[in-house]
Amino acid sequence: MRERPLSPHLSVYKFKYTLTTSILNRFTGLILSLGLLVLVYWLMAVATGPGAYAQASEVLSHGVFKLIYLGLLAAFCYHLVAGVRHLIWDTGSGMERLQARRSAWIVVGVSLLLFIGLGYWLVLALERAA
Amino acid sequence: MSSLRSPLGRVLGHGAAKEGVHHWWWQRLTSIALVPLTIWFGVSILSLPALDRVTVSAWMGQSWTAVLLILLVLTAAWHSQLGARVVVEDYVHGGAKTLILVILTFLHTLIAAAGVFAILKVAFGATV
Repeated sequence: MRERPLSPHLSVYKFKYTLTTSILNRFTGLILSLGLLVLVYWLMAVATGPGAYAQASEVLSHGVFKLIYLGLLAAFCYHLVAGVRHLIWDTGSGMERLQARRSAWIVVGVSLLLFIGLGYWLVLALERAA
Repeated sequence: MSSLRSPLGRVLGHGAAKEGVHHWWWQRLTSIALVPLTIWFGVSILSLPALDRVTVSAWMGQSWTAVLLILLVLTAAWHSQLGARVVVEDYVHGGAKTLILVILTFLHTLIAAAGVFAILKVAFGATV
Protein backbone atom coordinates (compact mmCIF):
# COMPACT_ATOMS: atom_id res chain seq x y z
CA MET A 1 0.00 0.00 0.00
CA ARG A 2 1.16 3.51 -0.76
CA GLU A 3 2.60 5.37 2.24
CA ARG A 4 -0.02 7.81 3.34
CA PRO A 5 0.81 11.21 4.79
CA LEU A 6 0.33 11.32 8.55
CA SER A 7 -0.71 14.36 10.56
CA PRO A 8 0.34 16.87 11.85
CA HIS A 9 2.31 17.81 8.68
CA LEU A 10 4.65 20.18 10.47
CA SER A 11 6.73 20.70 7.36
CA VAL A 12 3.75 21.48 5.15
CA TYR A 13 2.09 24.38 6.90
CA LYS A 14 3.35 27.93 6.95
CA PHE A 15 4.61 28.90 10.37
CA LYS A 16 1.88 31.25 11.51
CA TYR A 17 0.60 32.28 14.92
CA THR A 18 -1.92 29.45 15.02
CA LEU A 19 0.72 26.77 14.60
CA THR A 20 3.29 28.58 16.73
CA THR A 21 1.03 29.02 19.77
CA SER A 22 -0.12 25.41 19.51
CA ILE A 23 3.33 23.87 19.19
CA LEU A 24 4.64 26.09 22.00
CA ASN A 25 1.90 24.78 24.27
CA ARG A 26 3.01 21.21 23.61
CA PHE A 27 6.68 22.05 23.95
CA THR A 28 6.21 23.87 27.27
CA GLY A 29 4.05 20.97 28.47
CA LEU A 30 6.87 18.53 27.83
CA ILE A 31 9.32 20.84 29.62
CA LEU A 32 6.97 20.90 32.61
CA SER A 33 6.89 17.08 32.63
CA LEU A 34 10.63 17.24 33.22
CA GLY A 35 9.95 19.79 35.95
CA LEU A 36 7.70 17.26 37.67
CA LEU A 37 10.67 14.89 37.65
CA VAL A 38 12.78 17.51 39.47
CA LEU A 39 9.98 18.13 41.99
CA VAL A 40 9.63 14.44 42.87
CA TYR A 41 13.41 14.05 43.10
CA TRP A 42 13.43 16.90 45.62
CA LEU A 43 10.45 15.47 47.60
CA MET A 44 12.16 12.07 47.77
CA ALA A 45 15.32 13.74 49.05
CA VAL A 46 13.35 15.40 51.87
CA ALA A 47 11.81 12.04 52.76
CA THR A 48 15.04 10.06 52.60
CA GLY A 49 17.03 12.03 55.15
CA PRO A 50 19.54 14.82 55.87
CA GLY A 51 22.33 13.18 53.88
CA ALA A 52 20.18 12.73 50.77
CA TYR A 53 18.82 16.25 51.12
CA ALA A 54 22.31 17.75 51.38
CA GLN A 55 23.29 15.87 48.25
CA ALA A 56 20.16 16.93 46.37
CA SER A 57 20.59 20.52 47.53
CA GLU A 58 24.06 20.58 46.07
CA VAL A 59 22.74 19.36 42.72
CA LEU A 60 19.65 21.57 42.72
CA SER A 61 21.46 24.77 43.74
CA HIS A 62 24.04 24.40 40.97
CA GLY A 63 24.28 27.39 38.65
CA VAL A 64 22.81 25.43 35.74
CA PHE A 65 19.69 24.73 37.79
CA LYS A 66 19.06 28.45 38.29
CA LEU A 67 18.69 28.71 34.53
CA ILE A 68 16.55 25.55 34.54
CA TYR A 69 14.21 27.09 37.15
CA LEU A 70 13.82 30.22 35.04
CA GLY A 71 13.13 28.03 31.99
CA LEU A 72 10.58 26.00 33.94
CA LEU A 73 8.94 29.20 35.14
CA ALA A 74 8.75 30.55 31.58
CA ALA A 75 7.26 27.24 30.40
CA PHE A 76 4.80 27.29 33.29
CA CYS A 77 3.65 30.86 32.58
CA TYR A 78 3.07 30.12 28.90
CA HIS A 79 1.40 26.74 29.44
CA LEU A 80 -0.88 28.19 32.12
CA VAL A 81 -2.13 31.10 30.01
CA ALA A 82 -2.32 29.10 26.76
CA GLY A 83 -4.14 26.36 28.66
CA VAL A 84 -6.75 28.82 29.89
CA ARG A 85 -7.18 29.92 26.25
CA HIS A 86 -7.88 26.32 25.33
CA LEU A 87 -10.40 26.00 28.15
CA ILE A 88 -12.19 29.12 26.88
CA TRP A 89 -12.22 27.59 23.39
CA ASP A 90 -13.79 24.47 24.88
CA THR A 91 -16.83 26.54 25.81
CA GLY A 92 -17.23 27.30 22.11
CA SER A 93 -16.29 30.96 22.20
CA GLY A 94 -13.35 32.89 20.83
CA MET A 95 -12.97 30.73 17.75
CA GLU A 96 -13.45 33.44 15.12
CA ARG A 97 -10.28 34.23 13.25
CA LEU A 98 -9.97 37.77 14.56
CA GLN A 99 -10.67 36.68 18.14
CA ALA A 100 -8.16 33.85 17.90
CA ARG A 101 -5.53 36.19 16.53
CA ARG A 102 -6.17 38.67 19.32
CA SER A 103 -6.13 35.97 22.03
CA ALA A 104 -2.83 34.66 20.65
CA TRP A 105 -1.26 38.04 21.36
CA ILE A 106 -2.98 38.24 24.74
CA VAL A 107 -1.46 34.85 25.64
CA VAL A 108 2.02 36.05 24.66
CA GLY A 109 1.61 39.35 26.53
CA VAL A 110 0.08 37.97 29.72
CA SER A 111 2.53 35.07 29.98
CA LEU A 112 5.45 37.46 29.48
CA LEU A 113 4.16 39.77 32.22
CA LEU A 114 3.59 36.80 34.50
CA PHE A 115 7.11 35.54 33.80
CA ILE A 116 8.70 38.90 34.55
CA GLY A 117 6.79 39.26 37.82
CA LEU A 118 7.28 35.71 39.06
CA GLY A 119 10.84 35.58 37.68
CA TYR A 120 11.79 38.56 39.81
CA TRP A 121 10.32 36.79 42.85
CA LEU A 122 12.12 33.56 41.93
CA VAL A 123 15.49 35.30 41.59
CA LEU A 124 15.00 36.90 45.02
CA ALA A 125 14.11 33.51 46.52
CA LEU A 126 17.14 31.85 44.91
CA GLU A 127 19.43 34.53 46.31
CA ARG A 128 17.87 34.04 49.73
CA ALA A 129 18.38 30.27 49.54
CA ALA A 130 22.00 30.59 48.37
CA MET B 1 -6.78 -9.10 -1.74
CA SER B 2 -8.09 -11.33 1.01
CA SER B 3 -11.40 -9.57 1.42
CA LEU B 4 -13.73 -7.94 -1.03
CA ARG B 5 -14.82 -5.42 1.58
CA SER B 6 -13.28 -2.00 1.39
CA PRO B 7 -11.32 -0.68 4.42
CA LEU B 8 -14.08 1.87 4.93
CA GLY B 9 -16.75 -0.81 4.86
CA ARG B 10 -14.94 -2.81 7.50
CA VAL B 11 -14.86 0.01 10.06
CA LEU B 12 -18.32 1.42 9.42
CA GLY B 13 -21.10 0.45 11.76
CA HIS B 14 -18.93 -0.54 14.69
CA GLY B 15 -19.67 2.67 16.55
CA ALA B 16 -17.36 4.41 18.97
CA ALA B 17 -15.35 2.43 21.49
CA LYS B 18 -17.47 4.26 24.11
CA GLU B 19 -14.42 6.02 25.51
CA GLY B 20 -13.95 8.59 22.81
CA VAL B 21 -14.27 11.54 25.13
CA HIS B 22 -12.46 10.00 28.09
CA HIS B 23 -8.97 11.29 27.26
CA TRP B 24 -10.25 14.74 26.31
CA TRP B 25 -12.36 15.06 29.45
CA TRP B 26 -9.58 14.12 31.90
CA GLN B 27 -7.11 16.36 30.15
CA ARG B 28 -9.50 19.26 30.74
CA LEU B 29 -10.43 18.29 34.30
CA THR B 30 -6.79 17.95 35.37
CA SER B 31 -5.89 21.24 33.68
CA ILE B 32 -8.61 23.08 35.62
CA ALA B 33 -7.40 21.52 38.87
CA LEU B 34 -3.79 22.36 38.13
CA VAL B 35 -4.48 26.10 37.86
CA PRO B 36 -5.03 26.64 41.61
CA LEU B 37 -2.73 23.76 42.66
CA THR B 38 0.34 24.99 40.79
CA ILE B 39 -0.22 28.61 41.80
CA TRP B 40 -0.61 27.54 45.43
CA PHE B 41 2.58 25.48 45.19
CA GLY B 42 4.63 28.25 43.58
CA VAL B 43 3.50 30.89 46.06
CA SER B 44 4.09 28.56 49.03
CA ILE B 45 7.58 27.54 47.93
CA LEU B 46 8.65 31.09 47.17
CA SER B 47 7.24 32.27 50.51
CA LEU B 48 9.23 29.79 52.61
CA PRO B 49 11.79 31.64 54.72
CA ALA B 50 14.52 29.16 53.75
CA LEU B 51 14.85 25.94 51.77
CA ASP B 52 16.79 23.87 54.29
CA ARG B 53 15.47 20.42 55.13
CA VAL B 54 14.04 21.35 58.55
CA THR B 55 11.96 24.20 57.12
CA VAL B 56 10.82 22.19 54.10
CA SER B 57 9.84 19.06 56.02
CA ALA B 58 7.98 21.14 58.64
CA TRP B 59 6.04 22.70 55.79
CA MET B 60 5.44 19.34 54.05
CA GLY B 61 4.26 17.83 57.33
CA GLN B 62 1.34 20.24 57.79
CA SER B 63 -1.87 18.34 57.08
CA TRP B 64 -3.32 20.59 54.39
CA THR B 65 0.05 21.10 52.75
CA ALA B 66 0.50 17.33 52.52
CA VAL B 67 -2.98 16.83 51.06
CA LEU B 68 -2.54 19.59 48.48
CA LEU B 69 0.96 18.35 47.58
CA ILE B 70 -0.38 14.84 46.99
CA LEU B 71 -3.15 16.23 44.79
CA LEU B 72 -0.59 18.32 42.91
CA VAL B 73 1.72 15.38 42.22
CA LEU B 74 -1.11 13.04 41.19
CA THR B 75 -2.90 15.60 39.01
CA ALA B 76 0.32 16.80 37.37
CA ALA B 77 1.47 13.22 36.67
CA TRP B 78 -1.87 12.36 35.15
CA HIS B 79 -2.03 15.53 33.07
CA SER B 80 1.55 14.97 31.93
CA GLN B 81 0.80 11.37 30.97
CA LEU B 82 -2.23 12.40 28.91
CA GLY B 83 -0.35 15.21 27.18
CA ALA B 84 2.84 13.28 26.48
CA ARG B 85 0.77 10.43 25.10
CA VAL B 86 -0.84 12.65 22.47
CA VAL B 87 2.54 14.04 21.43
CA VAL B 88 3.95 10.54 21.00
CA GLU B 89 0.86 9.39 19.12
CA ASP B 90 1.24 12.33 16.76
CA TYR B 91 4.95 12.16 16.02
CA VAL B 92 6.06 8.57 16.58
CA HIS B 93 4.77 5.76 14.40
CA GLY B 94 5.11 2.02 14.19
CA GLY B 95 6.52 -0.25 16.86
CA ALA B 96 8.49 2.53 18.55
CA LYS B 97 5.22 4.26 19.39
CA THR B 98 3.92 1.37 21.50
CA LEU B 99 7.25 0.95 23.25
CA ILE B 100 7.52 4.65 24.13
CA LEU B 101 3.91 4.72 25.34
CA VAL B 102 4.56 1.78 27.66
CA ILE B 103 7.71 3.41 29.03
CA LEU B 104 5.92 6.75 29.48
CA THR B 105 3.07 5.15 31.39
CA PHE B 106 5.45 3.26 33.68
CA LEU B 107 7.53 6.41 34.29
CA HIS B 108 4.49 8.48 35.16
CA THR B 109 3.22 5.81 37.53
CA LEU B 110 6.63 5.67 39.18
CA ILE B 111 6.74 9.46 39.55
CA ALA B 112 3.26 9.55 41.07
CA ALA B 113 4.02 6.71 43.50
CA ALA B 114 7.37 8.19 44.58
CA GLY B 115 5.86 11.65 45.08
CA VAL B 116 2.95 10.41 47.19
CA PHE B 117 5.22 8.13 49.20
CA ALA B 118 7.69 10.93 49.97
CA ILE B 119 4.95 13.32 51.07
CA LEU B 120 3.23 10.74 53.28
CA LYS B 121 6.50 9.64 54.84
CA VAL B 122 7.33 13.19 55.89
CA ALA B 123 3.74 13.99 56.90
CA PHE B 124 3.45 10.90 59.13
CA GLY B 125 6.70 11.83 60.81
CA ALA B 126 8.66 8.77 59.72
CA THR B 127 11.73 10.87 58.94
CA VAL B 128 14.15 12.41 61.38
